[in-house]
Amino acid sequence: MKTIEELMAIRENAKKKMTVREDTGDEATRIVVGMATCGIAAGARPVLNAFVDEIAKRDLKGVTVSQTGCIGMCQYEPIVEVLEPGKEKVTYVKMTAEKAVKVVNDHIVNGNPIVDFTVGAATK
Amino acid sequence: METVNIQINGMPLSVPKGSTILEAARIGGIEIPTLCYLKDINEIGACRICMVEVKGARSLVTACVYPVNEGMEIFTNTERVRHSRKTTLELILSTHDKSCLSCVRSGTCELQQLCKEFGVDDPNAFAGETIHYDFDDSAAHMVRDNNKCILCRRCVAACDAQGISVIGANARGFDTHISSAFDKDLANVSCISCGQCIVNCPTGAIVEKDDTDKVLEAINDPDKFVIVNTAPSIRATLGEAFGMHIGTNVEGKMVAALRRLGFDKVFDTDFAADLTIMEEAHEFLDRVQNGGVLPMITSCSPGWIKYCEHYYPELIPHLSTCKSPQQMFGATMKTYYAQKLGMDPKDMVVVGVMPCTAKKFETKRPDQAASGYPDVDIAITTRELARMIESAGIFFKHLPDEEFDVPFGESTGAATIFGATGGVMEAALRTAVETLTGETLPSVDFTEVRGMENIKEAAYDVAGTTVKVAVASGTKNAKVLLDKIKDGTADYQFIEIMGCPGGCINGGGQPIQHAVVRNFVDLKARRAEALYRSDADNAKRKSHENAAIKQLYAEFLGEPGSHKAHEILHTSYVARKKYE
Amino acid sequence: MYRSHVLVCGGTGCTSSNSLAIIDALESEIAKKGLQEEVKVVRTGCFGLCALGPIMIVYPEGSFYSQVKVEDVPEIVEEHLLKGRLVKRLLYDETVTMEDVKSLQETDFYKKQHRVALRNCGVIDPENIEEYIAFDGYMALAKCLKELTPAEVIQIVKDSGLRGRGGGGFPTGLKWSFTAANEADQKYVVCNADEGDPGAFMDRSVLEGDPHCIVEAMTICGYATGATEGYVYVRAEYPIAVKRLKIAIKQAREYGLLGKNIFDSGFDFDLHVRLGAGAFVCGEETALMTSIEGNRGEPRPRPPYPAVKGLFRKPTTENNVETFANIPQIILKGADWFASMGTEKSKGTKVFALGGKIKNTGLVEIPMGTTLREIIEEIGGGIPNGKKFKAAQTGGPSGGCIPASLMDTPIDYDNLTAIGCMMGSGGLIVMDEDNCMVDIAKFFLNFTVDESCGKCTPCRVGTKRLLEMLDKITAGKATMEDLDKLEDLCNYIKANSLCGLGQTAPNPVLATLKFFREEYVAHIQDKKCPAGVCKALMTYSIEADKCRGCTACARKCPAGAIEGKVKEVHTINTDKCIKCGVCLETCKFGAVVKK
Repeated sequence: MKTIEELMAIRENAKKKMTVREDTGDEATRIVVGMATCGIAAGARPVLNAFVDEIAKRDLKGVTVSQTGCIGMCQYEPIVEVLEPGKEKVTYVKMTAEKAVKVVNDHIVNGNPIVDFTVGAATK
Repeated sequence: METVNIQINGMPLSVPKGSTILEAARIGGIEIPTLCYLKDINEIGACRICMVEVKGARSLVTACVYPVNEGMEIFTNTERVRHSRKTTLELILSTHDKSCLSCVRSGTCELQQLCKEFGVDDPNAFAGETIHYDFDDSAAHMVRDNNKCILCRRCVAACDAQGISVIGANARGFDTHISSAFDKDLANVSCISCGQCIVNCPTGAIVEKDDTDKVLEAINDPDKFVIVNTAPSIRATLGEAFGMHIGTNVEGKMVAALRRLGFDKVFDTDFAADLTIMEEAHEFLDRVQNGGVLPMITSCSPGWIKYCEHYYPELIPHLSTCKSPQQMFGATMKTYYAQKLGMDPKDMVVVGVMPCTAKKFETKRPDQAASGYPDVDIAITTRELARMIESAGIFFKHLPDEEFDVPFGESTGAATIFGATGGVMEAALRTAVETLTGETLPSVDFTEVRGMENIKEAAYDVAGTTVKVAVASGTKNAKVLLDKIKDGTADYQFIEIMGCPGGCINGGGQPIQHAVVRNFVDLKARRAEALYRSDADNAKRKSHENAAIKQLYAEFLGEPGSHKAHEILHTSYVARKKYE
Repeated sequence: MYRSHVLVCGGTGCTSSNSLAIIDALESEIAKKGLQEEVKVVRTGCFGLCALGPIMIVYPEGSFYSQVKVEDVPEIVEEHLLKGRLVKRLLYDETVTMEDVKSLQETDFYKKQHRVALRNCGVIDPENIEEYIAFDGYMALAKCLKELTPAEVIQIVKDSGLRGRGGGGFPTGLKWSFTAANEADQKYVVCNADEGDPGAFMDRSVLEGDPHCIVEAMTICGYATGATEGYVYVRAEYPIAVKRLKIAIKQAREYGLLGKNIFDSGFDFDLHVRLGAGAFVCGEETALMTSIEGNRGEPRPRPPYPAVKGLFRKPTTENNVETFANIPQIILKGADWFASMGTEKSKGTKVFALGGKIKNTGLVEIPMGTTLREIIEEIGGGIPNGKKFKAAQTGGPSGGCIPASLMDTPIDYDNLTAIGCMMGSGGLIVMDEDNCMVDIAKFFLNFTVDESCGKCTPCRVGTKRLLEMLDKITAGKATMEDLDKLEDLCNYIKANSLCGLGQTAPNPVLATLKFFREEYVAHIQDKKCPAGVCKALMTYSIEADKCRGCTACARKCPAGAIEGKVKEVHTINTDKCIKCGVCLETCKFGAVVKK
């Protein structure tokens, strides 16, 4: 080890791997994936993983991905809820890995919920 | 010298910077009691008897190790200090075997003396659990009785200072006791029998094996012809056991006392010391001239010999093959003298009075029986002789001065100085140089090898060649020279080694002097001085001038180093393990 | 990239309640469900709430599972990790309220705590240097070597007000400056990890949970004082700590954070680990150094002090683990930040090991100045079984007790000293009304008698005699004169012993005498043990009106001390009775009474 920069590079890299353990409190944006039997059967796992990977790839801070049980609308699985502090909850349905990447891009990063994917659009 | 100003018991005092409170108090005429403290070798502050009050200090202060500093106010005799010291003594007594009536150290016990000084009125003030320890009497020379041990560790320090360290503290807390590793018996470890632990023990926990009964038995046996011989240093130390000044030469009174004890003949080991020089000088010249193993190392000190056998067995070829003076003496008695008297050597009992506990071990060594019987039957220490004199009711101080018996009472000054470090070397040089050059020395004083330094070196030009010699006393110092021999950096031809620091005058068999004397009086130098004075006063100062020696060679041995001399006066050594 | 991290405590406490098997089970269950790419299992150091071990935290939710068993693992994996449903029955009940699951930090146990020394314990994987670096690890060292002079480092430590956490409370910066001031060809840094107080395990937890912070702090100390070599003296009874410390040292060497020319600064430093054989006295700094040198671990007189002649007779700085654990944070966040915590003369936080009669046994780190009441009632969850608090012992066998009347004393070095106690290394043992204070004093003294090295007379013989006097008291054989003699001997041992072990050994006796003298007097004059602990002073008897003569007690009595025929009143022969209490437990009618 010769420089502080070397150490800082290791630190940043290591930190990325540990963001999941940060206590983000109420300030965090939470992406909750329905992971009950119905969700998993409908393909929730690749969706969950796509969210995790995309957030890591973009090095987004203050965003956690977690799971939940059956939300009760099994025909719409995989279902994903995005909860942002101070905003309405947005519920996306019939999600895929590709859609997940788009949600991160449009909704999480740019603040534009994708209405077409929401439960509202699906039930129309 | 830089000094600091302090106050002791309100008395202003200026003392050298770096002094301990103990040293400073002595300058002020106050003796602070100590038990564990031995200057330079046991500064461990363990016994807590020397505690004093220092103004501003949180608790009491350990006088033996605490350095004074400017403005320090010390109180050595307050109620608190006295109470603490008394409590310490009472606690020590609570684990101490208080059979003082039958203890060999009664009267010379430091604990006993302190209890008296501090008015310990109840020896059972802290009576409680005690641990019983078995004696260790496995070694040839001494007995350890842990029931009397006060754990001052002076013996451990003395053993460490010899570079031996075969005893130390085992277990911990209340169970702490002094013994060898794994509680092995002393006979089964590499103890060299030097007895330095004994002379440093404040109590009766370590004592020499008492052989006085055997001596008395022999004297009282009408069929036995009992010959006593006294080592060179005994005359310089025996008086101490009778309260005489350190360094008083009591040769005449000693002879008188021995005669009154009933020995048939009172001879001088000094005679054998002269004989040793004849043989050793010859051996040395032979090794130099015929490519023998060099450097040659003296072999008078049995503690040193045992050290070499345990720790440097590979250097055994460097040892002179000469027996020690004690053994040469015994061998001469049981061969030549027995023949002269027409006596069966089995009826002869040779008793050595030695400054040394290792001599007890030496008498039992193999290859020490020229006549077929042990060369020496019994070796007793200076202390044992003193006890014999005392118990025989002899007023030692009032005895007339008497002369040794003939013919083996004759000796030269060269033999007398065997008792001090450097003495053997000087005596050997006196004879070797004259033998080599064939000329009389202008001066017999080889002052370079005298004195109490740990290691002394000198080089002499003898008939065109340089002879380089070294002298060491104390096995730890000997180690320095031995390591040099091992790594090939020793360019000496001749080395004298004595097992005990300072040589025989400080041997493990010498009279007990309390630690306070050892710490503040140059015991070794003062004892040695008596020997050098005797040498200077002697008309004959070279071993080869001893008439009895000349007669012995003429009538019996032939030449120094002759076949017969080898059979009777030389021995061999064995490599020993460190643990059995 | 893992979406979830499962942290399982791998500290000694949880390890001994089988957390390693839980980790194995977790990993195999996760693999079975094909989640190994999504969920990472991390073995951490101690979380502190040892009473509830084995402990597991699942992130990102931060769900705190306690007392997890191997059998619970499939359910946690199936429900929580796969389906995202919390397994509520295993959650720490303090975190579960009617409507919500609270975060751990909001529970009573954690919310008053302030973790500085323990900040990474239970948070990072101690065997992974990168996790330590992720939490600013080695940044303090980099700052020292790149931006600060040794004198500046010492000044920061001085200004922080940090004092030695090992017991004495000596100002750390001052200690460093003493060593720095001594010129020598070689100097040393020593970390005292020979934690020996009964019940104290904060140093073990730091070494197990965050070993790199000790490596970093010692290196900083070396830079500040001019030492190039360090020794960590750790008990051999701490195998996990030793292993992680060795891993940490190896990793630090690999990353160039130990060794030659660290951070290209020209500064060299390396560390060695030495194992202690479990002698309490080796926690005393001079005994510790004697032991490192290869000799029998015994203290030596001071002066000379270690800063002048320490390890191998060279200038040496010795600090304990918790002290070092504070250093990197002080360097990074500044002296003012540290000094803002605590009281006027005791800055920062202190870790305590809560033990004894308290609900939440474990490790807590609190700002100096927190009261004993807050520690016991709020953080510790109070005394179990509705019993009354009697006293708390701090400082282990060297300390004293704090009675209920002083519960509101803010805990810091000076306040504890003022009431005859001492901070010690931070063991805090809670006692309730069922504890006999004479017996407690005896317990601690028994420990010091056992652990005395045997070098000096007052400690070797004095403490033994002291213990015998206490035995006499609890046996009901002492007189009031013995009590005076007891006190006198205590004061003698304090004033005359060679090292701290002996000098403080009588403290448990003196403190209990000070606050609970009446209990001593009760033992001596009334021949009664008020708490009902001291066997010799108790008698068991059978109340005739309650005894039905069922013979149950007589059949159970191991000493054959109970006599009586069926359906007749039984009696206890007190000469034969060994006071084991079996009859009391056996009797269904409440006829056996203990007095």
